[in-house]
Amino acid sequence: MIQRNVVGAHYGLIDWIAQRATAIIMAVYTVIIGAVLLVVRPGGFEAWQGIFANGFIKFVTFLFFVSLFYHAWIGVRDIWMDYVKPTGLRLTLHVVTLAALVGYAAWAAAILWRL
Amino acid sequence: MAEMTIKKRPKNLDLTTIQLPLPGKVSILHRVSGAGLFLCLPVILWLFSASLTSADTFAVFKSVFASLPAKIVMAGLIWAFIHHFCAGIRFLLLDMHVGIEKEAARKSAAAVLAVSIPLTLILWGVLL
Repeated sequence: MIQRNVVGAHYGLIDWIAQRATAIIMAVYTVIIGAVLLVVRPGGFEAWQGIFANGFIKFVTFLFFVSLFYHAWIGVRDIWMDYVKPTGLRLTLHVVTLAALVGYAAWAAAILWRL
Repeated sequence: MAEMTIKKRPKNLDLTTIQLPLPGKVSILHRVSGAGLFLCLPVILWLFSASLTSADTFAVFKSVFASLPAKIVMAGLIWAFIHHFCAGIRFLLLDMHVGIEKEAARKSAAAVLAVSIPLTLILWGVLL
């Protein structure tokens, strides 16, 4: 067993844990929503909208989306860090990715809370 | 001093001659599927929005699935989600030191494909 002291601000460790925690939240949500759809079997618009108008489903769906966007941020950032070496371009891609994901989070909230 | 410690190790990063083992293929497909899902997020959110806004937009949402090119794109997204899901669970187990021996890791990589590909076809049959 190797004993290591973790030094620094722990950003890497926090992201590593967040990537896995958000993955578990999304996996659990997928099972829940899959089970709901199998039980309700929505045939048309009314039934489909009714599922997401439910307060609990709305809450967990938004939690899913927030987890998705945080998870995507870590994953996409890793891709930029692996393949894009010029600092300016990498920084630009990071900012564009973050901006897109923040926008998507607002979009997801707007979709759910106008129901 | 630093120069003296640098060893000339053989390096082959030519993707046309490298043969990745199965866990390597599952791993790169995890990244490819994740990148694909990220790039398609605007489409996914637009579809989700259309499906929930009104009966009219719901009809638009349904009509999108009627064309063959859209069906192929949706099948790709379904595969990407399921592969990312299955390979992700495998990575979580590896994180917890479950199945980290070479044989077990190769078997679990094969299991990911054995589950994700049929499940994609089943969901394609049910949804599209």
